[in-house]
Amino acid sequence: MSSINLDQLYRRVIMDHYKNPRNKGELSDGGLTIDMNNPTCGDRIHLTMQVEDGIVKDAKFDGEGCSISMASASMMTQAIKGKSVGDAVKMSKSFSDMMLGKDLDDSLDLGDIEALSGVSQFPARIKCATLAWKAMEKGVGDDVNPN
Amino acid sequence: MITTEIKKRFPILDQEVNGHPLVYLDSAATSQKPDVVIEAVKRYYENDNSNVHRGVHTLGNRATDEYEGARQKVADFINASSVQEVIFTRGTTTSINLVAQSYGRANVSEGDEIVITMMEHHSNIIPWQQLAKETGATLKYVDLEDDGTLSLDKVRETITDKTKIVSVMYVSNVLGTKNPIKEIAEIAHQHGAVMVVDGAQAAPHLKVDVQDLDCDFFAFSGHKMCAPTGIGVLYGKKALLEDMEPVEFGGEMIDFVGLYESTWKELPWKFEGGTPIIAGAIGLGAAIDFLQEIGLDNIDRHEKHLAAYAMEKMSEIDGLTIYGPADPDLRAGIVTFNLDGVHPHDVATVLDMNGIAVRAGHHCAQPLMKRLDATATARASFYVYNTEEDVDRLADGLRIAKEYFSDVIH
Repeated sequence: MSSINLDQLYRRVIMDHYKNPRNKGELSDGGLTIDMNNPTCGDRIHLTMQVEDGIVKDAKFDGEGCSISMASASMMTQAIKGKSVGDAVKMSKSFSDMMLGKDLDDSLDLGDIEALSGVSQFPARIKCATLAWKAMEKGVGDDVNPN
Repeated sequence: MITTEIKKRFPILDQEVNGHPLVYLDSAATSQKPDVVIEAVKRYYENDNSNVHRGVHTLGNRATDEYEGARQKVADFINASSVQEVIFTRGTTTSINLVAQSYGRANVSEGDEIVITMMEHHSNIIPWQQLAKETGATLKYVDLEDDGTLSLDKVRETITDKTKIVSVMYVSNVLGTKNPIKEIAEIAHQHGAVMVVDGAQAAPHLKVDVQDLDCDFFAFSGHKMCAPTGIGVLYGKKALLEDMEPVEFGGEMIDFVGLYESTWKELPWKFEGGTPIIAGAIGLGAAIDFLQEIGLDNIDRHEKHLAAYAMEKMSEIDGLTIYGPADPDLRAGIVTFNLDGVHPHDVATVLDMNGIAVRAGHHCAQPLMKRLDATATARASFYVYNTEEDVDRLADGLRIAKEYFSDVIH
């Protein structure tokens, strides 16, 4: 039998976010809008964020993709709400490290998101998991550094 | 008759993946390589490696003979009227770009039309988009029928006297549809247009006769037909190729080089600038021998049978949609599908964990995906080494995927 098991990828909490995505939709009052694709597979995310005084006040996503990409987007929007832009970016870096199978910085609590750590054992799926985070980084990057 | 013995000729297939014997169902992306092809490449590097068309020495002669011998095999394989009509390229994409950049730039101008179809692979869309933008020509698409076929009436409506180039795939890499190339070529010619064929999914699987099809250009890749990656072919009618300018300039393709002017070698070498993919061409020659020994008609029949068997097995699974023609006679060994409620990536991961390799995504055909109203699909594609048992494993794997996700989701 194989040492990698599907249940390591498809944790219950991930499937819950896939089936009942949090923050699905679009923020109506302007704010930051980011569209990002994964050209190798066709996954796509439309992320809207409201950032005030360096704090992510609200975030919503829309898009199409597999369970991993959509669950990751749902978890990401939930995690960054109320956080400072700096902390959101730090979480994203931490998430990328987790995808590479690196040990996590204990000072950052990723909560439910740690359920996605199993993705690191499925290299073909890492880009699915990181799509929403890349979109968020791009959005706040544009905001923080307008140039 | 194709038996399971053929599978044994492919060393890579004799392995376990994730604890299960490998079932490789992604040959439309790239095929596996038989022992004879691997040996031919190895033998070349161990005995004859040298540059072609220049050395006076023995190895140079051997390499040249083998390289040009492979070209003759290709010419015979597609029934070209002359070996000069066979240009070695990097693959289908390079071949189509060569036609667009050389023939296209010289013969297409503002107000002209280029006609392709909604089912094309990106490699038969973007070269024409670029040419249209550059020249001010209009790019027109022939729409599909709902069953995933092309209607000749729609082809007739789309091609006009302004049409200079018609470019159509012989076999769809998504729908598996075999298109009526000969009939489309005839319509193109009635309007004075040239017919370009993307043969990437046809040459590996069915008997191609470029003279019978009466196409003007025919492009295909070696790696989808048991040969190494990096080698492909552009066939073109001699009269057209003779008038065309090369698109790559440099060594190997010249006749005389002056300080400010140069002249080109004769066909086909004027299109082969730089040191060619010698080992790849030799590998392609060996692959052609291998396929011809089995017989292209046998391969075609075998794959059609597997596709029909797969469609039958898969239709027993609730919530499974199969794209493309329902009639197996209209299709090749490609079955594209979606499992209701489960994204194709997730399907592909579950199958992979069961040792089954399929493709998931947009298959380099985004306009077609949009037309099918699917963002992504999963695809099983068959080749000479696949068996009914492989199809059974696929059907079992799909049931596992369905159960796995119904457990987790509901």
